[in-house]
Amino acid sequence: MDNTKSKGTLAILGSFRQLIIPLVAIVILALFNLIVDPSFFHIAIKENSAGNPVISGNLISILDFGTELAILSIGMTLVTAATGGQDISVGSAMAIAGAVILRVLCGTDSAPETIKAPIIVAFLISCVVAMIFGAFNGVLVSIFKIQPMVATLILFTAGRSIGAWINSNRLPVVSDVEFTYFGGNIPGMPIPTPFFIAIACFIIIALVLKFTNLGLYTQAVGINEKSSRLNGINPTFIKFITFVILGLCVAIASLITVSRVSSMNYSTVAKDIEMDAILAVALGGNALSGGKFSMAASILGAYVIQFLGTTLYKFDVPSAAISAYKAVVVIVLVVFSAPVVREKLSALWKKIRVSKKEAS
Amino acid sequence: MSVLEMKNISKSFPGVRALQHVDFRLCEGEIHALMGENGAGKSTLIKVLTGVYEKDEGEIFLKGLNKAAVIRSPQDAQNLGISTVYQEITLCPNLSVAENMYIGRTKGMVTNWKKMYNDADKILRQLDIPAKARQQLSSCSIAVQQMVAIARAVDMDCKVLILDEPTSSLDENEVAKLFNLMRNLREKGVGIIFVTHFLDQVYEVCDKITVLRDGQLVGEYVIEDLPRVKLVAKMLGKELDDMSDIKSEAMEYKGDGADGVPVYEAQNLQSNAGIKPFDFYIKKGEVNGFTGLLGSGRSECVRAIFGADRVISGKSQMNGRKVKISKPIDAMKNGIAYLPEDRKVDGIIGDLSVRENIILALQVLKGFFRPFSKAQQYKFADEYIKLLEIKTASADTPIKSLSGGNQQKVILARWLLMNPEYLILDEPTRGIDVGTKVEIQKLVLKLASEGMSVTFISSETDEMLRTCSRMVVMRDRKVVGELTGSDLTQSKIMSTIAGGDK
Amino acid sequence: MKKKFLGVVLSVAMVASLLAGCGDKEDKPQEDNAATEAPADDANGDAEATEAPADDNAQDEGNASGEEIYVGVINNNPTESGYRTANDKDLREKFCPENGYKAEFVYGDKNEEQISAAQQLINNGVDYLLLSAADTAGWETVLEDAKNAGIKVILFDRTIDAPEDLYEASIVSDMDKEGETAVNWLAEQGLDKYNIIHIQGKMGSAAQKGRSKALETKVADDDNWNIVTQQTGNWESSEAQEIVQSAIDAKKEFNVIYAENDNMADGAVKALDKAGITHGADGDVIIMGFDCNKFALKAVKEGKWNYDGQCNPFQAKYIEDIIKKLENGEPIDEKTVILDEKYFDSKTITDEDIETYGIGE
Repeated sequence: MDNTKSKGTLAILGSFRQLIIPLVAIVILALFNLIVDPSFFHIAIKENSAGNPVISGNLISILDFGTELAILSIGMTLVTAATGGQDISVGSAMAIAGAVILRVLCGTDSAPETIKAPIIVAFLISCVVAMIFGAFNGVLVSIFKIQPMVATLILFTAGRSIGAWINSNRLPVVSDVEFTYFGGNIPGMPIPTPFFIAIACFIIIALVLKFTNLGLYTQAVGINEKSSRLNGINPTFIKFITFVILGLCVAIASLITVSRVSSMNYSTVAKDIEMDAILAVALGGNALSGGKFSMAASILGAYVIQFLGTTLYKFDVPSAAISAYKAVVVIVLVVFSAPVVREKLSALWKKIRVSKKEAS
Repeated sequence: MSVLEMKNISKSFPGVRALQHVDFRLCEGEIHALMGENGAGKSTLIKVLTGVYEKDEGEIFLKGLNKAAVIRSPQDAQNLGISTVYQEITLCPNLSVAENMYIGRTKGMVTNWKKMYNDADKILRQLDIPAKARQQLSSCSIAVQQMVAIARAVDMDCKVLILDEPTSSLDENEVAKLFNLMRNLREKGVGIIFVTHFLDQVYEVCDKITVLRDGQLVGEYVIEDLPRVKLVAKMLGKELDDMSDIKSEAMEYKGDGADGVPVYEAQNLQSNAGIKPFDFYIKKGEVNGFTGLLGSGRSECVRAIFGADRVISGKSQMNGRKVKISKPIDAMKNGIAYLPEDRKVDGIIGDLSVRENIILALQVLKGFFRPFSKAQQYKFADEYIKLLEIKTASADTPIKSLSGGNQQKVILARWLLMNPEYLILDEPTRGIDVGTKVEIQKLVLKLASEGMSVTFISSETDEMLRTCSRMVVMRDRKVVGELTGSDLTQSKIMSTIAGGDK
Repeated sequence: MKKKFLGVVLSVAMVASLLAGCGDKEDKPQEDNAATEAPADDANGDAEATEAPADDNAQDEGNASGEEIYVGVINNNPTESGYRTANDKDLREKFCPENGYKAEFVYGDKNEEQISAAQQLINNGVDYLLLSAADTAGWETVLEDAKNAGIKVILFDRTIDAPEDLYEASIVSDMDKEGETAVNWLAEQGLDKYNIIHIQGKMGSAAQKGRSKALETKVADDDNWNIVTQQTGNWESSEAQEIVQSAIDAKKEFNVIYAENDNMADGAVKALDKAGITHGADGDVIIMGFDCNKFALKAVKEGKWNYDGQCNPFQAKYIEDIIKKLENGEPIDEKTVILDEKYFDSKTITDEDIETYGIGE
């Protein structure tokens, strides 16, 4: 079946085209750093204060600190594809999920000597809670047909207070050293744990997309809900489930964030991360109006954002101007990843190639 | 005196040469039919003319312009006096009729509302269009909306009016009115390009015909010189003998269960779409149909059978066994397939590939956790692309970039792949060229001869007479009669629809 | 139907936001209010608190005699931050029946809510109106009403944009001074060379401006002082962690981390730990934070940090002083009262300090 094979590769190329923009963005950022200061890529193994080896360097920092965003972009991509809208309550939901982890680990004590429950229990409970809040958004969107941004506005506004309320406004600090592994390093393993968590998430979502019809259904619902229904798909459920999946992503991301500092601040934790997650989806060349999506492109988009952030830190961009710099780069990227521009570019590319051929 | 001349127009898309050196000439005060099969290049030619696409090659001349016209956008086209009314209404349903007529045309920031309403009313009266300027557009029938769109175009002093399949959603009366309007405009010297699939209509109003095939110009003819059979032959590029009685050619199904328990039976079925409860059955290998005027409830009946609308009462049986069908997936599990009337809204999933569109129904039926392998998907898709002769660059082409007829074939492939026991086709041939129509009709009869039960709905009675052995007649949202055997004639159907059989 | 539902949902959302006031710690740049001294805000980026106040309404009508002083308190939402919670708790403890007060507490983080609450309190006939305004503008009318009703107004924590005769006194923190205190302390450490990582708060907030100003002035004046990295951490610990990580990755030399709140100092320390860089009393890097959260003071006590500056939420006693003076007919010397603000050094801090001045648990 040579025929089938060639078509298969064609399909991969088709989706590969969507990957080009984030890939090119990464390459440009890398080249820029390489030219201005090659030491950007320097990676070293050091000992941390506990005497364990830790690998460090800008590239490691990007993979490390970009984890939460990359994980969130998975859920956000699905929500965007199925509903044609975005969840803006992600940051607030992370505050809730983190608060639950702290509440379970610390009980009503603000700085207990030992944790009150196994970490896995705290994490699982936080997953359940985050998925319930995701389901709440999902019900508003899928059953009550409220615009996703409006529906999630509720949790966006209330989420951080709910987080504070879960811990009665206390700010517990987890003293358990094992808890720091999730956002830091496992002793003896120099590569930061978030990197592994991210890889695990990517593998899981890749398997899910391969061994279920989640991708086909979400895209079908996002493109034509009526038609999907007539093909036996339950659009209400599909939309609902994407919010639940995003809830799970939120719980995983919040575990990492809370673990990084063993504590958190409800009002500033993951502030504005929802906007970055939406941006990651857009940078991946996915239409924010829903429909077809490329998961890999979204994830790459997330790392582009992190790469940009790290680069800006590295070059000591003044604090007051950092948002402006970011905005400019983002605008350029988004414009280039817009389908209209992509089409024009590919037409131009073709023209150039044809004229070259003719010249030779 | 030509008002428009297009010379040597070429346009390519990735993998397709949509137009190759096509010439087209339109005279003042002329209704000129643009004919061709799906994918022949009609739409592309019109889109080049209206600035939706940029042509690769060629020139366009307009009367009053001494050099080639530059048309880069629909706005350019409009400014040059070229107006288009599309098959799908492109107005804003939530605005008033007058607002729709004047939207985007007012100069300056201030709108004189009173003048606008008065002007609009005047034009509507002149053209004999049954609508009021202040009426909300969505409260008008589709036909009237179409006429409003034409009124808008006419009022913009257009010299060239393009009507792209304007009649496909109109009933006879409305078509007649539209034709009057067109003749009216012809008198006023407007050049009209009329794109349609209805041969009768071409011969009713047109003066000239230009035929395209495979992106190339076949020729321009005066209507008297080109009888129907010849026209069809030109469009298909071969002499057509298929238009004769195809039913007699087909083998009737005589296998098991041909006269036994019905494959599907409904009693007192009623949905929330406003139809009266109805009884219905279909036997194995039978082809039957619902007929009636547009809006008589024929689509709503089959939607109720498939569970597409909410069923509020009644019973369904498959092969004598009681089944509960409350949503499409229930019907699919019971072997019922439904090709919906509105291909664009209910049928295609535009951005997905032909392949994904073909496998969708069977995939849903197979289950969420059991996706087909890519290889299997391509196998299915390729099989049906070949079987139904679907014209597509590849199985990975998005379905939305196919022509209407090929989209319909993809949807048909989707349901055939499911290998249903009972297939419902609601207007499968609407907006499709003659050749494909006959193909689909033949296919239906072939499937029936192999034991599939098919319900066939069409606005064209001819078509149904050619395929159905039994017809359920509907009027005002209820079943008013059933015709079989020798009763299956044009006149008998008409009289039953009209209610004059007694 | 749909629209109606949407309306309900929106109003729910609005109510939620009203109740929630999910700590947006940045306050509007108040350049237009240059005359007033350093408007204090709740810049402390922390949402730690001891207890949520149980009841908003005035309690205890038991001995509502003429002796009692009736005060109406309008404050920002206590869930907004640990600072605000501590502030509210302090006020509640002071203005209680045992101390001879009848008090009514109202919260709101929007000006309109606060103004209508003020109107209500005026109607209720309070003797004193204590106000921490959400926004600086729009208070004139209602304060004139208060004045006409013979009600005395005392501003705390934040100033407003209104003629001085409309209120008796204004009690605020001096963010510039907090910065100067910290910088002076740092200068006393007598390092040969100061290479500082400066982690700023949310840009444009009063706390950020005040705390940055002193350091920037010093660095400009003294060649021995260098800022190796200056970046905003938006009050958030993980952002601070990333900033310090980036400085470490770039192999920058530094011996001071000047973080404008405790959370960011905490994040910075996490990055140092990861890189195996020592810090605190016996370490290579001096750690400085602000706000006096309990966890921060404990870190100072343990010698992991060197310095923590206070942003004083304990304003009740200042207010009471003013009220007493007014009751006794004594003159008020200064319209603007600057709060005393302490700092804590790892060498001198005591457990008692942590108990007394630490906010949160």
